[in-house]
Amino acid sequence: MSYPGLELYKKLYLARRCEEYIVKYYPQNDMKTPMHMSMGQEAVAVGVCHAVGSTGLVLATYRSHAAFLAHTQNVPLFFSELYGRVNGLANGKSGSMHLADPDHGHWGSSGIVASTIPIALGLAFAQKRKNTGATTVVFFGDGAIDEGSFWESINVAALMKLPVLFVCEDNGYAVHTPSKKRHGYDSIVDIVGQFRCATFSDDSNDVESICNMTQQALSIIQAGGGPVFLHIKCYRYLEHVGINDDMKDAYRPVEIQEAWLKKDCLVLQRLRLINEQGVEEIVIQQLEEQVETSIHHSIVAAKQYSSPDPSQLFHGVFYEEN
Amino acid sequence: MSRMITYRDALVEAVTHEMRRDSSVFVYGIDVADHKRIFDSNKGLLEEFGPNRCFNTPLSEDAMTGFGLGAALNGLRPIHIHMRVDFMILAMNQLVNMISSFRYGSGGRFKVPFVVRAIIGRGWGQSFQHNKSLHSWVAHIPGLKVIMPTSPKDALGMTMAAIRDDNPVISIEHRWLYDALGAVSHTAETQPLTGAEVIHPGNDITILATSWMNIEAKQAAEVLGRRGVTVEVVDARSISPFDETVLVESVNKTGYCIVADNDWVHCGFGAEVAARISHTCFGRLKAPVERLGFAPTPCPCTRPLENAFYTGATEIIRTIESMLKLSPTDLSGEHFFSYEKKFKGPF
Repeated sequence: MSYPGLELYKKLYLARRCEEYIVKYYPQNDMKTPMHMSMGQEAVAVGVCHAVGSTGLVLATYRSHAAFLAHTQNVPLFFSELYGRVNGLANGKSGSMHLADPDHGHWGSSGIVASTIPIALGLAFAQKRKNTGATTVVFFGDGAIDEGSFWESINVAALMKLPVLFVCEDNGYAVHTPSKKRHGYDSIVDIVGQFRCATFSDDSNDVESICNMTQQALSIIQAGGGPVFLHIKCYRYLEHVGINDDMKDAYRPVEIQEAWLKKDCLVLQRLRLINEQGVEEIVIQQLEEQVETSIHHSIVAAKQYSSPDPSQLFHGVFYEEN
Repeated sequence: MSRMITYRDALVEAVTHEMRRDSSVFVYGIDVADHKRIFDSNKGLLEEFGPNRCFNTPLSEDAMTGFGLGAALNGLRPIHIHMRVDFMILAMNQLVNMISSFRYGSGGRFKVPFVVRAIIGRGWGQSFQHNKSLHSWVAHIPGLKVIMPTSPKDALGMTMAAIRDDNPVISIEHRWLYDALGAVSHTAETQPLTGAEVIHPGNDITILATSWMNIEAKQAAEVLGRRGVTVEVVDARSISPFDETVLVESVNKTGYCIVADNDWVHCGFGAEVAARISHTCFGRLKAPVERLGFAPTPCPCTRPLENAFYTGATEIIRTIESMLKLSPTDLSGEHFFSYEKKFKGPF
């Protein structure tokens, strides 16, 4: 791909369309797993994962479809897992909330807020011991910064100078409670900046800005400067859990939503490709069709696999030597 | 060829042996590398292996447990130490929600070779936040192995086996056992992580004991042995998985079973054992299974109340007498709690 912005757009489009397919097929009741949709927030995962590259180690949250797809692009096994099929990432045992694909650098997601943050410390400690130069990235929402585990982890990472990129995807709400009703302070970045941890902020929703900012962060980490904290504002389009719009519940102001819709990350990047990077519309359309086809094929293939045999229930609780 | 060593030195030897054998093993936790070295159970590790493999951490049990999970997933073999089991409670989210299910929830793609050593406190006013065992809490969770080594042989061999195991293993050690002397083989040998063991043979009644309660049970067996009553003491060794084979064999022989657990009775390990024995030895039992453990209160500080809180050899003897319909033994000349003579505080 000769246009630098096209690969980023492709990843955004992949994440968005996969979730739109989930919205379309979820009512068929064959994907029986709680869906926490990334829709609207994709620029964070795509921008960060693109900058980190395939050598990065990624940990994410229960709202992790975009991070998973951006880092692994493993669409077939993603859908197999959501459908609970035997060939899924975890043979159907994890569902949407615990996606992991260590072969592609994705080390886990969790349904407990903040619980993957400390795992990043140990992954990074091991990388440092192996001297690989790889960075561990941990995504978490702004609800996670209410948890003690976050503060413990920032402290440990700064103390031990661990190569960890902390990425706070701040969509403004922990479940349904806005930040200002939860925080006894005004700026998380100001506080984290008091640790020996560099900080960056972004509220552009622009995938290229986020990608560039991440590259600056990585250069600090890779120079041995310890952890970096990214605070990236974003907006969740759908309900906290589920596939529906929830603006009727009136806990989020309509004008805020409208402002974010105006800077939808796919719209921004598509316009940039055409207006600033000279990409022809037809090239973008071909790319979109290609992504569309691959998703469609993955879904059709996933549904053809069987569910695991009930005897698999007992398999894998412990590691046992053969 | 065997030799006598203390439980504490067995722990040191186990970890030293494994750290020499495998460079991925490391030891960390609050004050593991300070001048006291966790009651000297980490003696010499910092000097031999350096601060990258033996280090103190911030007081962040939750994050440092997750740290261990990440390190274990990524090819290292962490040993995380809690000076008291009670402090491990601060790590429960990582242990119960993350570590226990990480392998299962990945469809077997990950393995988690992670050892937690946690120490039970008792005596000298430890009171209600420094005395818990909690083995039944963690044993309740599938995906965690839980062991309670009682003898120096097991402190050495089970700790070595736990470090080599590719699963999370929580090893719960009683502080009073640290000075216990026992025979171990001339060379360091692993011991199996499951399977109970008869530590005092007898024919009249069976006591299944955990951790320190084995010491109490053996003292009870010795006292009653002088009256011609032979008590078989079975050390549970591992709480999860718990293999009841040896216990069932013993109860089928004696027809009587007491569970002496170093824990509260309600919803405890003793209930699990009693249920299994009732099921498996139903026709052989001559009396219902009895359970002994802590009084159903928080542990008080002051000595007279603390004495009333714990169950020991005396209560075991009285329970045996009641079950076997024996007259009470004269215990006026007996001296129990012998290991406590080594405790003069603050620990």
